[in-house]
Amino acid sequence: MNHIFEIGRYWIFMKNLMHTPEKWRMYWTQILREMESMGFGSLPIVAINSVFMGAVITIQSAYNIVNPMVPLSAIGIVTRDSIIIEFAPTVMMMVLAGKIGSAIASEIGTMRVTEQIDALEIMGINSSTYLVLPKLIASLFILPFVVIISMFLGIFGGWIAGDATGACPSADYLKGLQDQFLAFNVYFAMIKTLVFSYIIITVSSYHGYFTEGGSLEVGKSSTKAVVYSNILILLFDYILTQLFLA
Amino acid sequence: MIEVKNISKTFSTKQVLFDISCKFEPGKINLIIGTSGSGKTVLMKTLIGLFAPDSGTIIYDGRDFIQLDRDGRKDLRQDIGMVFQGGALFDSLTVEENVMFPLSMLTDMSLAEKRDRVNFCLKRVNLENAHKLFPAEISGGMKKRVSIARAIATNPKYLFCDEPNSGLDPYTSLVIDELIHEITLEFNITTVINTHDMNSVAESGEHIVFLHKGAKWWEGTFTEIMNSDNKELHGFIFASKVMQSFKKLYLKENA
Ligand SMILES: Nc1ncnc2c1ncn2[C@@H]1O[C@H](COP(=O)(O)OP(=O)(O)OP(=O)(O)O)[C@@H](O)[C@H]1O
Ligand SMILES: [Mg+2]
Repeated sequence: MNHIFEIGRYWIFMKNLMHTPEKWRMYWTQILREMESMGFGSLPIVAINSVFMGAVITIQSAYNIVNPMVPLSAIGIVTRDSIIIEFAPTVMMMVLAGKIGSAIASEIGTMRVTEQIDALEIMGINSSTYLVLPKLIASLFILPFVVIISMFLGIFGGWIAGDATGACPSADYLKGLQDQFLAFNVYFAMIKTLVFSYIIITVSSYHGYFTEGGSLEVGKSSTKAVVYSNILILLFDYILTQLFLA
Repeated sequence: MIEVKNISKTFSTKQVLFDISCKFEPGKINLIIGTSGSGKTVLMKTLIGLFAPDSGTIIYDGRDFIQLDRDGRKDLRQDIGMVFQGGALFDSLTVEENVMFPLSMLTDMSLAEKRDRVNFCLKRVNLENAHKLFPAEISGGMKKRVSIARAIATNPKYLFCDEPNSGLDPYTSLVIDELIHEITLEFNITTVINTHDMNSVAESGEHIVFLHKGAKWWEGTFTEIMNSDNKELHGFIFASKVMQSFKKLYLKENA
């Protein structure tokens, strides 16, 4: 029952959000501000995660391939594809849900409990549009770039680790990277990134926007934002994979 | 003029407002007084549509607020200024940007015009050296004053203030009262103020609505309070020793 209520309220929230902005210039400033914080702000965590995950995938693949018939370049293929298809768009976006999602939910939640959202409404401003639309637009622009950077860094991490440990010599790895490369995989990853960005921003904003109470509830909203974003990302990852790859 | 007719409001099972009717006239300070928890904030938020009443109507100069659609409400609200009990300043904006915000969102003024207006408003609330500070960096009383400056920035036709001078020192409090009084007269604004500040009641007691446990218990002017024999009203107004001696003095003088 509760879930049906939440889903209904989410759709109404979505509908209210899609409104023409009062003043594009104000929105534009907001969009740039959000792009900066989501894009640059995410780079450190994305870099660390990507490099290490790439390294781990390479070493594990090497460890798993025991058959001498399989060329070492297969490790390059495996690392490249797992990073492009799954790690960068899905796992990385789940990490970003933790970072961006919780920040959005607590920002909007705080605005709700300190009556800042009421103040917006009283001025005759569409609060959900003003608060959420710039974030949504910014994320749809900037997060694909973040994911592409994550792909490069992950593949780079695998290369360094493979060469340093001797698990996969540089030449084999680079050969593997070029073998059987499908551009479609990158497109697929971009589609996933857009869908997941939409999920993170709208779900987190929703939980922030409907916070009731005080600072304790703001914390709860922020937890809920991350949990629900992650569950929905996994669910949609499954659905999209079925749709495009099955 | 704002006409309120038979407003009731319930939260889940708890009824907070009971069948309230009254009229708020322009060019006048309309005070809503009552003890803490009597429903002043809920009434004010219902008037401006932040809470939907269970029943009743609210008419702003012929416009029935309850019947208005989304866009109609938006239009009407551009004529409303509100000072929230907690200030409700935007954390991420400086004092100057806070006051400028409604101007940027709702008007086509140039930057220079907006600057002038912001300076004017901040000057009127005696805040001239805080432009670049963030809400977290200023005192509670200063926040209140910024909030007032922001509410009057767009020259509203209706001004709502939820305890505009709680948390202010007596001097600033008086300045704020006078400021609100001045602009109310100057622009013929319909001003509604929630307060439990007795000074304000005595200073600007042209129309006072006394709420008791969510119902309109009494209505009149400050002079009428003196002559009324409403027990709850007197209990509230003359709770302090100062007010009691004031009452004695008043009765002696006017005997
Ligand atoms: N959102 C809400 N949900 C449920 N009950 C509420 C809500 N807001 C207020 N109330 C209840 O309504 C009653 C009146 O509250 P209100 O805030 O209007 O008091 P007030 O007169 O403004 O008091 P104060 O002078 O302390 O600000 C209180 O008993 C409060 O518990
Ligand atoms: Mg109150």
